Amino acid sequence: MSDYTQMWKDLGLNLEAHDMLLNVLGNAYKDIYLSQKDRPEGMGYFDFVMSEVHGLRIKELLDEKAQGRKIIGSYCVFVPEEIALAANATLVGLCSGADFAVEEVEKYLPRNTCALIKSSFGFKLGKVCPYLESADMVVGENTCDGKKKAYESLGSLVDNLYVMDLPQMKSDGGKALLKNEYYRFKSAVEKLTGVAITAESLKNAIKTVNAKRAAIHRLSELRSAKPAPISGLDALLANQVFFYDNPARFTESVNKICDELEKRIQDKKGVMAEKTPRILLSGCPMAVPNWKLPWIIETSGAVIVGEESCVGERGTRNLVDESGDTIETMMDSIVDRYFKVDCAIFTPNQDRLNHVAQMAEKYRADGVIHYSLQFCQPYIMESIPVEKALEGKDIPTLRVETDYGMEDAGQLKTRVQAFIEQLG
Amino acid sequence: MNYAGIDIGSRTIEVVVVNSSGDIICSLQADTGFDPIAESLKLFDSIENSGIKYQRIMATGYGRTLFEVAYTNLDPHPLSAPKDLTLADKCSTVTEIKAHARGVAAYFPNAATILDIGGQDSKAIALNNNGKVKKFEMNDRCAAGTGKFLEIMARTLGFSIDDFGKEALLAQNDLTINSMCTVFAESEVTSLIAKGADRREIAKGLHISVMKRAAGMINRVRSDQSDSIVFTGGVAKNGCMVTLISEKLGCSVLVPDNPQMIGAFGAALISSEMG
Repeated sequence: MSDYTQMWKDLGLNLEAHDMLLNVLGNAYKDIYLSQKDRPEGMGYFDFVMSEVHGLRIKELLDEKAQGRKIIGSYCVFVPEEIALAANATLVGLCSGADFAVEEVEKYLPRNTCALIKSSFGFKLGKVCPYLESADMVVGENTCDGKKKAYESLGSLVDNLYVMDLPQMKSDGGKALLKNEYYRFKSAVEKLTGVAITAESLKNAIKTVNAKRAAIHRLSELRSAKPAPISGLDALLANQVFFYDNPARFTESVNKICDELEKRIQDKKGVMAEKTPRILLSGCPMAVPNWKLPWIIETSGAVIVGEESCVGERGTRNLVDESGDTIETMMDSIVDRYFKVDCAIFTPNQDRLNHVAQMAEKYRADGVIHYSLQFCQPYIMESIPVEKALEGKDIPTLRVETDYGMEDAGQLKTRVQAFIEQLG
Repeated sequence: MNYAGIDIGSRTIEVVVVNSSGDIICSLQADTGFDPIAESLKLFDSIENSGIKYQRIMATGYGRTLFEVAYTNLDPHPLSAPKDLTLADKCSTVTEIKAHARGVAAYFPNAATILDIGGQDSKAIALNNNGKVKKFEMNDRCAAGTGKFLEIMARTLGFSIDDFGKEALLAQNDLTINSMCTVFAESEVTSLIAKGADRREIAKGLHISVMKRAAGMINRVRSDQSDSIVFTGGVAKNGCMVTLISEKLGCSVLVPDNPQMIGAFGAALISSEMG
């Protein structure tokens, strides 16, 4: 690995804290990922990406910046990557998957704020997120109340924060709001980059992001095979890297893994034995390096076959219609696609209940584990109707509420194991 | 052939040995202390010294994995025969939930709902007609509503743990304790004492708060509200808890002979059924 010390210093990172973070991340990755058996060879690419997640990838982004591209950081799947790409900007997901600088964070946020929001502040206050520090624009979005109010405080820490409003109902009015916000975002990005979006650039951007999603769709489909050809941890990693990597290279790498998995399926080879209980994970997003629950599940004798999550199928479901030829029709198609995202901030949100049940069936899950981050009101609220809907279809469900800390790992393991025993 | 089950909980450890018909031929208990593995091995030593042999061990409780690793690596290994078994075959693990379900099914074949309140956790388990786990609920990470909570509160009020329930039942009036957190409840109790409240009434208030939490868990898992509840774990020995839960849920509460042994007993039965 190259020495990126100067680059990190130039970005204003706290080198000591950052070293500590990379050390923890490296060890966790070794224990959780590299200890898995029978991983697809193609995962080697993702191992490399993770080993360089704060190194080479940041260097690439800085090189892009040097050539005049702009970097936009985002915390949510509602921020349309197509618009960023079409205006000569790169969209990256920002760090929010680990506790950091907790004491500093609690000067800005109440204790009972979800771990994901706290984490985004922790990475800023601890000066350990090179993505955030490289970004020319940071996009916040009005999803849950926690995030909405937290961005008011984040605005005092980040001088290039842009807040996008989002609807709460799937009504005509809601859609009009989203459309209006996407046009406002388009103007803001064009102003940032100085590049006007053209029909051609938008079409190319749509195709690039669609290809990335299609590759993930292909990977997801393959996971319905019995025995499961890839671990849930590895598939989750691909879904996580979705937010960081160069889109074209990511698409190619995921497709390469899919080629390999198709062969495995042909040979009836799996990552775990055929009888291994199959779990669908549903609920809150899992940002890098939040691998706690999947790790507990897959070291308790089950395999995860799908993620009903923003870092997973909720985030990647549906492509943007590619047939439009004018900016207006393509913008409409973009709005159509994103408006279908069934985040728990929407009310009512029957689509999500339907999707969870459909996914359980499609991926042949024996049970569903619903994961809520502690204090994440929208998903905790929905966990009860989700459980009822699934139990109505005789799909066993376990509701879990946790955070990024490890102190409840023993209790979680007991619950998860008991649930797996129940399925067996 | 005999089979052993061990339940390593936060407060106590139980070992039960059953024969191939599932009858208990030996059962022992010890405090968990600070070295649960050493305490567990001592229990097995005393069983071996009494001449009882067993083929396999099934471990449950929060210390199950720790014990499995320690036991499998013992040198020289106590279970040397029969030779066709690998060490890993000799000790395996099962969760407390499945172990309790199995143990209860042996005592009460028609049981549909179990409440288990142990030292540091509490759980409600719904069973299918065949005695298998259908659904369960467990308390979260803290000790609220568990045996540990009652133990600390008994000490604060100057009652022995054995008398705590009996004394609470003698209270003339109900008193409300709002805090479920052990730390907050303790200060609430302290201020009630300072106000001159009757300590039996405080004791009853504490039992009521634990009962409400347990009843909530039971209601989330059971489908038939008229079913009786089987109560296991150390707290099932507390008569006040049994009475309060029965009154609150309007159903009978059945307590097996030795409610603390159910986990180890169930584990031993599961071991005997492994074939």
